[in-house]
Amino acid sequence: MSIIVRNVTKRFGDFVALDDVSVDIPSGSLTALLGPSGGGKSTLLRIIAGLEQPDSGTVVIDGSDATGTPVQSRNVGFVFQHYAAFKHMTVFKNVAFGLEIRKWPKDKARARVMELLELVHLEQFAERYPAQLSGGQRQRMALARALAVEPGVLLLDEPFGALDAQVRQELRRWLRRLHDQVHVTTLFVTHDQEEALEVADSIAVIAGGTVQQVGPPDELYDAPANDFVMSFLGPVTRLGGEVVRPHDIDLVATPGPDTVEATVVRVVRLGFEIRVDLLIEGEEAWVQLTRSTAERLTLTDGATVYARRAAVTVATAGA
Amino acid sequence: MAVGLPLLDDPAGAVKPGRVRNRGAAARRGGLSLVTTYLSLVVLLPLAAVVYRSQSQGWGHFIHAIQAPESWAAVKLTLVLAVAVALINLVMGTLIAWVLVRDTFPGRAVLDTVIDLPFALPTIVAGLVLLSLYGNNSALGVNLAYARSGVLMALLFVTLPFVVRTVQPVLLELDRDMEDAAASLGAGALTTFRRIILPNLVPAMLGGTALAFARSISEFGSTVLISGNIPFKTEVASVAIYNQIQSDDTTNAAAVSTLLLAVALVVLLVVDLAQRLAARRG
Amino acid sequence: MAKHSLRWVALAYVTLLLLLPLGLVTWRTFEHGLSPVIDALTTSEAGHAFQVTAVVSVLAVVLNTVFGVTASVLLVRHEFPGRRLLNAAIDLPIAVSPVVVGLALILVYGKFEPIGRWLDHRGIGIIYAVPGMVLATVFVSLPLVVRAVAPVLEEIGTDQEQAARTLGASGFQTFRRITLPAIRAAVGYGVVLSLARCIGEFGAVAVVSGRIVGQTQTATLFVQERFENFDQPAAYAASFTLAMTAVVALVLTRYLRLKGQR
Repeated sequence: MSIIVRNVTKRFGDFVALDDVSVDIPSGSLTALLGPSGGGKSTLLRIIAGLEQPDSGTVVIDGSDATGTPVQSRNVGFVFQHYAAFKHMTVFKNVAFGLEIRKWPKDKARARVMELLELVHLEQFAERYPAQLSGGQRQRMALARALAVEPGVLLLDEPFGALDAQVRQELRRWLRRLHDQVHVTTLFVTHDQEEALEVADSIAVIAGGTVQQVGPPDELYDAPANDFVMSFLGPVTRLGGEVVRPHDIDLVATPGPDTVEATVVRVVRLGFEIRVDLLIEGEEAWVQLTRSTAERLTLTDGATVYARRAAVTVATAGA
Repeated sequence: MAVGLPLLDDPAGAVKPGRVRNRGAAARRGGLSLVTTYLSLVVLLPLAAVVYRSQSQGWGHFIHAIQAPESWAAVKLTLVLAVAVALINLVMGTLIAWVLVRDTFPGRAVLDTVIDLPFALPTIVAGLVLLSLYGNNSALGVNLAYARSGVLMALLFVTLPFVVRTVQPVLLELDRDMEDAAASLGAGALTTFRRIILPNLVPAMLGGTALAFARSISEFGSTVLISGNIPFKTEVASVAIYNQIQSDDTTNAAAVSTLLLAVALVVLLVVDLAQRLAARRG
Repeated sequence: MAKHSLRWVALAYVTLLLLLPLGLVTWRTFEHGLSPVIDALTTSEAGHAFQVTAVVSVLAVVLNTVFGVTASVLLVRHEFPGRRLLNAAIDLPIAVSPVVVGLALILVYGKFEPIGRWLDHRGIGIIYAVPGMVLATVFVSLPLVVRAVAPVLEEIGTDQEQAARTLGASGFQTFRRITLPAIRAAVGYGVVLSLARCIGEFGAVAVVSGRIVGQTQTATLFVQERFENFDQPAAYAASFTLAMTAVVALVLTRYLRLKGQR
């Protein structure tokens, strides 16, 4: 089921959370809403779910206007950052909740719950209470609960934000695989660009209450619409007044036609990657090199090298 | 009010979407009318009636009523006792809270539980209980019956939990690292207590003390048996009001009541304000 | 050790003020064995007094529970003009003397006041009857359920409720299946606290009941009346019973608070 957001504006008092936002989410896609906190991405997700009401604009889900539809009738699956586990119910009861509300017959509901618990690898925890689960397990339970009711769209609000780094890694891959199995239109909010790049088919960058750019991860990384998108999706530095990715700068030992002179300030070895801090025409910049490239140069503090832009990634306004 | 719950300015979920908002609004309107009607019928209207009655014969009569010798003596005694009770509670309540949080000894859990007993124990029973130990045939040979000290005792009994229960949670939450930091900077135990711990406890101490004060000026049941209600000697304000009601002198009773209400509210509001200021500073 | 001296000061204070007197009352009650106590408690006056206390307390607590849960949900989950005012007004009874509560109710619902007279003409007697006693008891215990429930409601947040809504639950279904189970321990805590407060109420009930023996006399009024009529065994026996109720309430609240924290 597709989601179409048209001209949505939402204010909280004087604060404009969303300013005339329009986005199209194609059916069956896995899309990330990426942006800094306070940028409006969670508000947009909550408006799509029906947990918030827009001041103006419309939300169309699967071709029909859902703007006035109350949350409980939208048939969306929603996963909260802090799990929102029903503490007084077992894992089984949590997952069965939506089915009970929909008055599914007991045996059919039971089969469905067990199917979902298997999908999220929690079948042996069915009779446990949320307090007896780890954070990652709770979030998987929340996912099963949201998926049990066969929602038209699955919405996840910073689903891995409360988990520690390793579990977060695991769950990302797992979400990707899950989506490939289930194919439900999925929209997740994150402020972690790595997460968005790794998991999503498509990314919408939202900041300052507006959509900055929508596109596949590669497109956003390689052809960012503006400096903000460029700097939000990966590391940046400046060379000759332009914003450049630090791995897109070449260092050479001898001057050439399009090089500028640079002074090495500091060399930091981060395993495979070498990071070189430079001073170029009185301006600080830095470059990412591989170890082999670095070894071909004499990079001692105070040495003079020549820098040149290697590749093409620049912000192309209006792209 | 001092014990009011801190409310968020915009609780999440306050806005319900779509049609639910309308249905939610209907439910809210229903709930709100239930709550306000109930509160009005039981609390607000009756209290307004007291204030109204106290003024029904004019301000001059109001002043005259509270300055009537017997009433005035009762009010004065009540205020003096309440101040004493507040001060003793301030010290003893903080001390007990300290012992409950920072000390370990067998029976601490029992002590922690019995502190709440005065909240649960009927006040008339509290009076009787005190009278059995400190009355005419006292086992300790201390007769406080029909004496002001007996009334003081009763008030201390019923107000025991207030300061303890407001200071205790704050003390429990207090970051022990702060004390270690102070010690590492060369502060002795007393300096650490005075300069580090005490400033953090003061708002809670004040809050608890204000509640104890408010309770003291309004206390009735526990003082009835032990005080003997001797006018000009052991009669406290609420007993004076009670006697006036019994002799159908409701206008004068309302006058003294209004004075008591005003004092309690002013004290609670001032302390609430002080706590807010302290919270802002902290 | 300074630390130990503090401990002894605290223990001595609590012992002299609380424990010793309580112990003595227990001893006085059972000084002459169990049978005088049973005799004193099985007189028709005593039985009736405890019965009145039970009826009044249960009615007051039921009313305050409905009020308290509704008010808590309103205060914590809803935004409306006058919310702060309502919040403050709920705490008002804390600052009011029980005797003033009685007077306040007489000044509205007494036979010689407009509203009271209007009700009286319709055969509804409030003052010197059970309704007045219930009103008085409701007044003094009014904030307890709210103050037990509202913080818990605040703490559990709205996540679970919103999750239930996204799963298709209506407002009422969400309240019954998600909110209510989450605040159950807190409501229980508030109910027990209120019950103890209601059973123990003396001043307000003394004023509005007219203290008619065998009719509007509650257990606490019975204690005073017996004591002043030099029937100390009955006063002690009733006191001991009330004190035991208080202890049970105390243990229950402890248990419920622990359960709520879990």
